[in-house]
Amino acid sequence: MSSGMKKGSEIIIEVLQEEGVDVLFGFPGGSVIPLYDALYDCPIRHILTRHEQGAAHAADGYARVTGKVGVCIATSGPGATNLVTGLANAYMDSVPMVAITGQVPTSMIGNDSFQEADIYGISIPVTKYNYLVKDIHDLGRVLKEAFYLARTGRPGPVLVDVPRDIQVAQIKYKPIKEIYLPSYHPIIKGHPKQIETALKAIKEAERPVAYVGGGIISSGATEELQAFIRTTNIPITNTLLGKGSFPEDHPLALGMLGMHGSRYANYSIYNSDLILALGVRFDDRVAGDVAKFAPKAKVIHVDIDPAEIGKRVNVDIPIVGDVKTVLGQLLAKVKPIERKKWLDQIAHWKKEHPLRYQKEGGLKPQYILECVNNIKNRDVIISTDVGQHQMWAAQYIQTKSARSFISSGGLGTMGYGFPAAIGAQVGCPDKTVILISGDGSFQMNIQELATARCYNIPVKIFIFNNGYLGMVRQWQELFWNKRYSHTHFEFNPEFVKVAEGYEIKGRVVRSTEEVLPAIDAALSVKEPFLLDFRIAPEENVSPMVPPGKGICEILEEC
Amino acid sequence: MRQVISVLVRNHPGVLSHVAGLFTRRAYNIESIAAGVTERPEVTRITLVVSGDESVLEQVTKQLRKLIDVIGVIDLKYSQSVTRELILMTIYLPAEKRVELIQVANSFGAAIVDISDQTATLEFSGNERRINTLLMALAPFKIKELARTGLIALPLESSFGDSREFLA
Repeated sequence: MSSGMKKGSEIIIEVLQEEGVDVLFGFPGGSVIPLYDALYDCPIRHILTRHEQGAAHAADGYARVTGKVGVCIATSGPGATNLVTGLANAYMDSVPMVAITGQVPTSMIGNDSFQEADIYGISIPVTKYNYLVKDIHDLGRVLKEAFYLARTGRPGPVLVDVPRDIQVAQIKYKPIKEIYLPSYHPIIKGHPKQIETALKAIKEAERPVAYVGGGIISSGATEELQAFIRTTNIPITNTLLGKGSFPEDHPLALGMLGMHGSRYANYSIYNSDLILALGVRFDDRVAGDVAKFAPKAKVIHVDIDPAEIGKRVNVDIPIVGDVKTVLGQLLAKVKPIERKKWLDQIAHWKKEHPLRYQKEGGLKPQYILECVNNIKNRDVIISTDVGQHQMWAAQYIQTKSARSFISSGGLGTMGYGFPAAIGAQVGCPDKTVILISGDGSFQMNIQELATARCYNIPVKIFIFNNGYLGMVRQWQELFWNKRYSHTHFEFNPEFVKVAEGYEIKGRVVRSTEEVLPAIDAALSVKEPFLLDFRIAPEENVSPMVPPGKGICEILEEC
Repeated sequence: MRQVISVLVRNHPGVLSHVAGLFTRRAYNIESIAAGVTERPEVTRITLVVSGDESVLEQVTKQLRKLIDVIGVIDLKYSQSVTRELILMTIYLPAEKRVELIQVANSFGAAIVDISDQTATLEFSGNERRINTLLMALAPFKIKELARTGLIALPLESSFGDSREFLA
């Protein structure tokens, strides 16, 4: 090789290193052999998952806990299509990710070649942006842009499809120093006039509520938010993705709002005269009926994505900008405010309508989560799957710091939790990562037990096993006359035995008394561990606002 | 409500998929789409005619602006822009109706670009109103085939507003 010449695959590695990538999640195949060949003697760690979907979710989990861009690799065709759910998941939750896919050689594209799929076309609606690299001279620039787009503005996944001939082609490569995207300019600073208007509204409000979401976490705004909330004494409720924005055990914290939010959070929203919406998008699981969400309130909405403002609700004071920067602007001018009457009212609601469950009647999931919540002297990261266990976790785990509760919010991807937990543990090797999953969700990516074992990734797997697709069953119970159509698993494997097959220890937990010792056992080892909790099979998530209903149209304890 | 939206995008293969994909993904109604390169070869202008209520149209504009390839989005109010569409139509033309057709074509300034023993092909460009009027005038004739380019538009630089559009 003449000096200065680089292969496409080497350019990829070089850009990854420039971007500070220290770990990749991937799965090889014919169209990425050149890239994998370059990885063979490169210092970047590669985690071989057992399915490309696992790689995508692991990169997502890694990104959520570290704040860095998660990277996954797959081959062309089925490898690439297996990433699609992971991309859609990251896109919905605004997670910075770069997916690199192999593609058949450029000369073969369009011929229905072996393992060819138009992943460029397929991934358009599930990525922030995507590329098909047709010229080796574009490769370096494209990759730099991909990382830049993934992590700036409203973060999101970017896919780069690299045909095999581009991976082996050689050019004289000079590192790309500047990014030129003439049509991409995220707005960072809030408009000063809007800031003034917002400050005035905050000063005049008698019953304000802050409603915060994933934007706080992704912009790293927790410090500013906490200072702002403490100064203004505004009670604060968070979305599922907003968990960790503000310590949920603080007196001003109301926990999660919405469909399975606390009554006091929902009452506060409904009765408020000012909603301070920060990095949120008024999702239908939060505001099922927008007309009955906060009918008496003015709305201040801060978001970096102008398209989110006014999408579902009318906004009185829109502020486009990075929420960390905007909170800094507000904080610079805000004066301490006391609001005893409103806080007394909220304290009253909290006392009258706490989260509660029947203690009797089998092993209660809420109790298990209380035990998890009480784990001391460890930095715990919770990763959840999707379903009842996810909502119980959101309710009963009081998240105290950013990037320590990860969950598939927008897409609601069953099978997300386990690979995401693996990615989280890889990103934070010194923390205790606990997966809260269900028997349904866990079986959707159960193959990743091999990944956890292979690299000794010590994720603690807690399966809330009720033999049902519990959330769908709950809806069938409440809204479909208890016609449990295909939500009962007539067969489930013995998860502990499955784990044993993967050389992972575990135990079955059937009673309340066994819970604490089992958690201790799981935490005491530096390796993955599985607990199969046989929970009360027909326990429901409560409270519940039925879909499409107003935030205070809460079902009686269900 | 209908709206003409002019979108300037980076000119590369795939950009049309990105723009058109937005409309299926977000269930917006698109009535016509016309794309072509501008005075700058690296920039393509896409002219969209979109229908929906005001909030939908606002979302369309915002979502378009959000696309990485989109350089600019302009809402073109009918009163402040010049709009044109080109149509080609082949109609069945019995010999005894030839004179009638030529009269209609002449009065609209439509060109007859092909004539066979049974058909004639007309070319016409104009704003929506003129095209609709021509189609009405041609109602007695049976249409064999019709092709329309979709609307293209530019904002008016002059201050004549509606009148210039009317004269055109």
